[in-house]
Amino acid sequence: MTSDPGRFDDSPLLVAGGPPSNSLGGGRRHSKLQGRRAVAVSVASSVVLLGVLAALFFFAPGSAQVRQTFFNIPDARTAFLGDPRGGIFSELDALLINIELFLTAEVLILILAMVIALIRQLTGPVTFPLRMIAIAYTDFFRGVPLLLVVYAIGFGVPALNLAGVSTQPVWVYGLAALVLSYSAYVSEVYRAGIDSVHPSQVAAARSLGLSHGQAMRSVVIPQAVRRVIPPLLNDFISLQKDTALVAVLGIIEVNRAAGIVSSTDFNYTGYTVGAFLFLLLTVPMARFTDWLIARDRRRRQAGVAH
Amino acid sequence: MATSLAAPAANLALQLEGVRKAFDRTLVLKDIDLAVAPHEVVCLIGASGSGKSTLLRCVNLLEEIDQGRISFFGEEISATTIDVNRLRRQIGIVFQSFNLFPHMTVLQNLTLAPIRVLRKSRPEAEAEADALLSRFGLLEKRREYPDRLSGGQQQRAAIARALAMQPRLMLLDEVTSALDPELVAEVLNVIRSLARAGMTMIIATHEMGFARDIANRVCFLDGGVILEQGPPEQLFRQPHEERTKRFLQSLTEAGRL
Repeated sequence: MTSDPGRFDDSPLLVAGGPPSNSLGGGRRHSKLQGRRAVAVSVASSVVLLGVLAALFFFAPGSAQVRQTFFNIPDARTAFLGDPRGGIFSELDALLINIELFLTAEVLILILAMVIALIRQLTGPVTFPLRMIAIAYTDFFRGVPLLLVVYAIGFGVPALNLAGVSTQPVWVYGLAALVLSYSAYVSEVYRAGIDSVHPSQVAAARSLGLSHGQAMRSVVIPQAVRRVIPPLLNDFISLQKDTALVAVLGIIEVNRAAGIVSSTDFNYTGYTVGAFLFLLLTVPMARFTDWLIARDRRRRQAGVAH
Repeated sequence: MATSLAAPAANLALQLEGVRKAFDRTLVLKDIDLAVAPHEVVCLIGASGSGKSTLLRCVNLLEEIDQGRISFFGEEISATTIDVNRLRRQIGIVFQSFNLFPHMTVLQNLTLAPIRVLRKSRPEAEAEADALLSRFGLLEKRREYPDRLSGGQQQRAAIARALAMQPRLMLLDEVTSALDPELVAEVLNVIRSLARAGMTMIIATHEMGFARDIANRVCFLDGGVILEQGPPEQLFRQPHEERTKRFLQSLTEAGRL
């Protein structure tokens, strides 16, 4: 029997659809038959489950009202495209703000988080205060809800009346809040990656005369970053939807635009559209992350280098 | 303590005087004295935990010693003011577990330190690396990543990586212990060629036949002290110490001598 244990895990979505083909020794026809049967069963069970859920939804006592309030086609159209005369912003346009926010934030987070992770990696008494600051930083921003950070920076920093700092456009404060908060998480992800590189790698690098900094840069960080890409992307999926929180500062991104549509039409369909738009961003990212994880596992099993 | 010692002998490649090292409360090296002349090959033998690896790591300053003095060509290197990076360029160490950099090709493994530390140009470093790789029969593997290589090839690449820094002293820490038996010979042959070329080496090993064959001097370590040392013929044939006899006896019974 030479069945491959990794095969099923690699494509969780295709378990039922991917017949084990000839991996089961001699009985190829037999397994083909089994494969077809598996497909049939999975299709049937999916249909039954979805049918039950749909029945629950459509036969619920308030179904008509919910459909009217959350899934109203004309309102969805308005929410998507906007209506300048009615003062309604297009959620599709607003989505660009979210995309800009998270793309900018991701770049800044990758940098700031690495700086923090490296500071926490330092040794020696001279750098003690730096390490303390880095630890306090991660503790603080991982501990405070992002929404409160958004409020504190969005309303607090302008109130300080500092020249230059306090007169930025609102999105800058929203961006700053996202970067500060997420860098704390991502620095921990980096740190886990750095810790996962075996000390013997550092010993090998140092024994060749590389300084601590050179060993980190050439030997430890490249290996660490490769290992943490999946958890990193996971945090970024979370970041994509948390861009909605900057709405409280008055930035008209998807969440805010949805709120405007809803309070104008007295209908929640705008929020449904908003949710759909966020899924358009996050689902591809989630699939991509899973694909990366599966690829990494395949490579490890095959013993191929990255 | 160190100030009471005479000036380190400049004609010795390496000189250890009263070197003591403890991990927590466990004394791993107890007042080790050892002198190694240029071009000399010294083999360290002894049971696991006898202090062989720690001794090598102390010489490379990967471990800090608690007491005593280590001198390298007349320069005291155990002083706290020493530039460890400068010193390590001149002392190569090869580990039991190879410790190649898995994210780099064999060639990149060899050229990293010459480029970063010695500031050599890439073409120069690569030319030198290629020369080493062809000497060790690894030239066609230069673009491969370490995990595509056999254990023996990886260890030869690790030796080549250390040699790329043109060290004046090589420390080999049980370099064949992690290898499948059939791969041991190819690594030992590489080390033999180094000895013939006059490289000063300290070799911690469990390969007694190899030690007997290659060493100018064999040191038997036991419980953190060099219990006995001498030319291989004498130490293997007529050991003075009871514990050396017992150690060699146990190896003979295991069929390893």
